[in-house]
Amino acid sequence: MSSSTCQYRSGLRPRVSTGPLGTVVRFAHPFMVTGLLLLLSTPSNALPAVITSQAPASRPTMPLPSPVSISGATPATRSAPGKFARALLLEDYNTRVVVIGTLLLGIGSGIVGTFMLLRKRSLVGDVVSHAALPGIAMAFLIVEITQPGTGRSMPLLLVGALLAGLVGVGCTMAISRFSRIKQDAALAIVLSVFFGLGISLFTIIQKLPTGNVAGLQQFIYGQTASMTSGDVRLIALASLAVLGIASLLFKEIALLCFDEQFARSNGWPTGGLDSILMALVVSVAIIGLQSVGLLLVVALLIIPAASARFWTERLGPMTIIAACFGGLSAWLGAVTSSMFARFSAGPVIVLAGTLFFLFSMTFGTRRGIVRRLLLQLAMRRRVGRHDLARTIYEFLEPELPLLESSAHPGSGDPLCIPLLVLQDLLGRRTWSPKRLGRLIQSACRHGLLQVEPKGWRLTSEGARHARLVARNHRLWETYLILHADVAPSHVDRNADLIEHVLEPELIEQLVEAVMDRYPQMDMPPSPHPLAQGS
Amino acid sequence: MSTTNPSDPAAVEPTSSPPEHPSSAPLAIHDMTVAYHRRPVLWDIDYDAPPGKLVAIIGPNGSGKTTFIKAALDLVPRISGDVRFFGEPYRQARTRVGYVPQRGSVDWDFPVSALDVVAMGLYRKIGWFRPVTRRYRQQALECLDRVGMADLARRQISQLSGGQQQRVFLARALAQSADLYLMDEPFAGVDAATERAIVAVLHELRQSGKTALVVHHDLQTVTEYFDHVLLLNMRLVATGPTRDVFTNENLRATYGGKLALLDQVGHRMTLGQGNQ
Repeated sequence: MSSSTCQYRSGLRPRVSTGPLGTVVRFAHPFMVTGLLLLLSTPSNALPAVITSQAPASRPTMPLPSPVSISGATPATRSAPGKFARALLLEDYNTRVVVIGTLLLGIGSGIVGTFMLLRKRSLVGDVVSHAALPGIAMAFLIVEITQPGTGRSMPLLLVGALLAGLVGVGCTMAISRFSRIKQDAALAIVLSVFFGLGISLFTIIQKLPTGNVAGLQQFIYGQTASMTSGDVRLIALASLAVLGIASLLFKEIALLCFDEQFARSNGWPTGGLDSILMALVVSVAIIGLQSVGLLLVVALLIIPAASARFWTERLGPMTIIAACFGGLSAWLGAVTSSMFARFSAGPVIVLAGTLFFLFSMTFGTRRGIVRRLLLQLAMRRRVGRHDLARTIYEFLEPELPLLESSAHPGSGDPLCIPLLVLQDLLGRRTWSPKRLGRLIQSACRHGLLQVEPKGWRLTSEGARHARLVARNHRLWETYLILHADVAPSHVDRNADLIEHVLEPELIEQLVEAVMDRYPQMDMPPSPHPLAQGS
Repeated sequence: MSTTNPSDPAAVEPTSSPPEHPSSAPLAIHDMTVAYHRRPVLWDIDYDAPPGKLVAIIGPNGSGKTTFIKAALDLVPRISGDVRFFGEPYRQARTRVGYVPQRGSVDWDFPVSALDVVAMGLYRKIGWFRPVTRRYRQQALECLDRVGMADLARRQISQLSGGQQQRVFLARALAQSADLYLMDEPFAGVDAATERAIVAVLHELRQSGKTALVVHHDLQTVTEYFDHVLLLNMRLVATGPTRDVFTNENLRATYGGKLALLDQVGHRMTLGQGNQ
């Protein structure tokens, strides 16, 4: 195969720079291969079929330090934290197997979820997992009828789930393509119809003489504890496949997600790439059914990706961060679920993911709320300083026509800049003495004003700044009057908002558009009377 | 431009302006009809693009300008017609054709930088599975420089102004190093600096013998920027050198009367699917 030779060749060659995902793959490979070998080298009979069965029997033989010592507590509850620590640190072999499997699942779903989120197909995973339910039920029924008693064979159930999931996605595409129903409605229809069908089939199964839905219930809510080593191997294989395909086709899939039309016009087989992406989603969703449950698979796909978006503006890092969030939440969920019998993993995984999400949304370094608030605050402070500077300029302007002469803009000797007192500025804008005081302090901190025994004085930097701000303001005002037909009495307010966001390029254009009217001047005069101080 | 296979011009259908080398024209469209949801939006287009010229595609809203480009590039299905690029079907001539889609066609919130987007124009050259190496990043940077945006290469694309985004798209097409460029409204809603940059690039392309078909909406600048025009309103109204074809009469024909009959028939075809 050309693909594999390509892979090997690029692996052997010292690459100048790899995509970030490639880097991760290179770092992650040894660990994953080790994990996989570990899993594969274990004879299946070394593991109990159902891991929960070891819960009370294999109580720790070595004495564990017990941090909680409530009198009267049963030994089981006393050792719970220790058990949790043991599970977290993967001391227990059975737990280790399950947790590594789920961890890999989380990593895989984080990666696939990133692509789905960016492709605006967040809900496809949901459709797949819901549509899988009737597949599971039918597979169970068929096996149970042909060979009674062996219905709960995991590979067959998963094959049923896979087929039904594909049928579900196919139905969605067919509905939105061949009718006028939009994609979101098609998703909702398929999702609920298949789920309803699945639940009905479950009811039928329960009425069968040999039927018992208990084992199938895990597909709805998820339970890592009931995983066998075979299941874990399957998960590991699927996740590694996802990782491999995603890193090989990283740039191709990125192009597909960003600009499908361009990709198609360039001759990329967008249909084929889309199918590969779909196959990845379907496999992650089906594999995830067992541990997360069909109701919550979509969360494992989307929440890590959505969280990652808050931390980066680049696709490579976003994928990696999503994989980390996915892996971490899956790990926490799996550990909790493997400790307690009948404890569903899905909710814990999703809750852990939600914690990461909330944390990212708040503190994300790129799009987080805190960052946005800080930026807004900085902007408000800047606006305040601008306002102050312009007010000072307007106050000084009539007295000092020479100070800001166009010959030496901003080079005024600080000594000939007059002293300012609070009263000079107070009546010129609608600001309280308190706010004005704060603004002046802030201006002092930024070196625009200096404190004098009886007031404040503009520094030369401050004088330059004040002149610049006033100039921007008036350029915009004059532009509005000359080119946008706004009355002179109305331009001040607008310019008050705009002057803070004018960029140098725009200002150049404003100068071009306005200044030919004022040949000898550096800035246009104020087109309206200025407010006078009290 | 290599004219490897000049066939005799007599064999070609008579069009409004017969080209010199019909078989190797950058873009030769014969009898193309396109429909959306069974509703025809372009009827019977016959067109041969002149090599080495800048061509403006002009027409009112809904006249099928974008469809014209997309149908030529096999992005929307054609009901009928034959489209050839440099004498070959698009599939074979792909590497010689660069495409600048409308700016609104993608999500600019996508987590990529300007340089990443431009590098997408090189993906074909890079090939399957291989990462974008430094050599290609350097090439992409050069293309960004040609549109005057080298200093914004690392910026995430949503933090660019509309004009800058448009220039990124143009740079991506330049990265394809094609011989024919199809651009969909590159001048729409851009600032003066961008407009100048795009015009400079267009002139550069023409000087190196490339052809560009540009959907254009600003009638004021047509004569200034373009050598040829293609007037379109569901059908081809007129085409040829700007000074001959860009006339009041032709513009009236393009913009004036709604082509009520074509439109009505088209609508019928949509409604009466089972009633023909």
